[in-house]
Amino acid sequence: MNDIKIAAKGVQVYYADTHAIKDVNVEIEDKTVTAFIGPSGCGKSTFLRTINRMNDTIDICRVEGDIRIDGEDIYDPKVDPVQLRAKVGMVFQKPNPFPKSIYDNVAYGPKIHGLARNKADLDEIVEKALRRGAIWDEVKDRLHAPGTGLSGGQQQRLCIARAVATEPEVLLMDEPCSALDPIATAQVEELIDELRQSYSVVIVTHSMQQAARVSQKTAFFHLGNLVEFGDTDKIFTNPEDPRTESYISGRIG
Amino acid sequence: MLPLTIPFLATIGLATLGYFLGRSRAISVAGRDMRLLNALPHQHGLNTCFSTLLPPLAVMLIWALAARIASRKDVLLAPENPTLVYIILIGLAVAGLGLSMMRISRDFRARNASERWIMGLLIFASTVAILTTVGIVLSMVSETLNFFGQHDWKAFFFGTTWSPSFSGRGGDSQLGIIPLLWGTLYISFIALAFAVPVGLFAAIYLSEYASPRLRSIAKPMIEILAGIPTIVYGLFALLTVGPLLRDVFAEPMGLGDSASSVMTAGLVMGVMLIPFVSSLSDDIINAVPQSMRDGSLGLGATPSETIRQVVIPAALPGIVGAVLLAASRAIGETMIVVLGAGAAARLSLNPFEAMTTVTAKIVSQLTGDTDFASPETLVAFALGLTLFVITLGLNVLALYIVRKYREQYE
Repeated sequence: MNDIKIAAKGVQVYYADTHAIKDVNVEIEDKTVTAFIGPSGCGKSTFLRTINRMNDTIDICRVEGDIRIDGEDIYDPKVDPVQLRAKVGMVFQKPNPFPKSIYDNVAYGPKIHGLARNKADLDEIVEKALRRGAIWDEVKDRLHAPGTGLSGGQQQRLCIARAVATEPEVLLMDEPCSALDPIATAQVEELIDELRQSYSVVIVTHSMQQAARVSQKTAFFHLGNLVEFGDTDKIFTNPEDPRTESYISGRIG
Repeated sequence: MLPLTIPFLATIGLATLGYFLGRSRAISVAGRDMRLLNALPHQHGLNTCFSTLLPPLAVMLIWALAARIASRKDVLLAPENPTLVYIILIGLAVAGLGLSMMRISRDFRARNASERWIMGLLIFASTVAILTTVGIVLSMVSETLNFFGQHDWKAFFFGTTWSPSFSGRGGDSQLGIIPLLWGTLYISFIALAFAVPVGLFAAIYLSEYASPRLRSIAKPMIEILAGIPTIVYGLFALLTVGPLLRDVFAEPMGLGDSASSVMTAGLVMGVMLIPFVSSLSDDIINAVPQSMRDGSLGLGATPSETIRQVVIPAALPGIVGAVLLAASRAIGETMIVVLGAGAAARLSLNPFEAMTTVTAKIVSQLTGDTDFASPETLVAFALGLTLFVITLGLNVLALYIVRKYREQYE
């Protein structure tokens, strides 16, 4: 049993008058891949975005309840969401490399957080991040080519490398493979499995096979409720809640 | 009454009649069941109307143009025998009416036929726009060549003195474009140096920070600036900004005592350009995908870091395009210069001195009693053509950059 990294209690999220997340309680472990599954619009992405306060950028969004990372309340007024996001990295649904070179894409985070003392340091951080993103061998000869010129799968691995470069403790992934083909998906999944050594990874996915392949824990969301949370094996073989069973057997969703 | 008035009115009358005749004939051809017709009665009417109206109008237009080019007014505008002109034109209209009426049958595809007439009209409209541009250039080129026949082109392009003489003929006018071009570029530079940062920052604030409510109020307010006639800006320059700059800066600093100055015209022109820069940049900044911002914010960047390092670089080609478009407006601006910067052609670095621009000089060379054969007036065409080439170059460059940028996200 790993340590608890993220603990959420009684989390409610509202978009204007819509109650998007209803009283979610969940404890996410360190060095574990946790998958959020559920039908579209069930709130899994919304909940993911509460963990690094990305919802703050949406004016009409309101979050209530208590979310703690390492026991520290991240919605405390003293917490700077900008610092929080450096600690909780995020990879998005669509690969979104900046219109900069591959090198600058990865160096972006370390530069704004002052992680490198000099150029050699930065080079090392970039190389390390690209290696962890399993893309180093493909791009090492063209680090100064634009990141937007890579293929979709490469772009997504670049975005993962970019997120890893700021040395986060938690990595949030919002359907990271939905825009990728099966080969690129396999590469990213392999990468997620490696990232588990150092981070707590939370992944939102529409693919139940993917959840079963990459995660150790799975949470099933339905209509804004967290219906069931537990070991991935158990959720997929012996779910407790009838709604979970209906979803994984393809009857709803 | 002009000889064309009668055939023109007659053609329009016949065409209107044609619409109703065509429609009622189509209805009668159809018998009781309207579905037997291949096209609606209304479309038959339209086809008859166009067939009656357009051929005589086209003939009138071509005829008038041909007469103008051949410099023979007598052919159409003041013919010796107007009755002949009437017969030809009205005859054409009647023939069009008759022929199209005869074509009306159950199987006639009036819908497609009227569609072709409409396409013809649209092609005509776009041709007018293009041909006008070509015509402007050609007329400028011919007058410019005329000018260079009377004045050395080297003295024009490289001369550093502008002192046209209107008294004596020949020899003693010095018509060098350099001081005018310098004034134009200096004033435009000041205008852009003011308008680009202000406009760009306003655009960034409105698109990235302002609440939707504030944005919906502030954006139209800025755009009101674009609707103010430039002569009003000129008055503002003359009465307010000029004296203010003179009293506050120029005189205390010993830089001159002129209310008209490059600085006055430049600043007021800058105000005029703000909405230009800000609304174009605003559109371009909004076109940067939200995923770019999310990516940067998700890495722990602050909003201003995100804007500086991700949004602006992504939008930069478009912003450069906006700036170049604003620059070509600044270069072509006249009224603000006339009222704000004065009329003295001067090569100087002092921004508080009066200078003038190419456009302002074109106006002054052509107003008053002018003799279109002397180099002092013909120089206006050479100035105009030079300016046209410069702004055209800037516009092409701007469009090229903007287009290249657009391909990135589509």
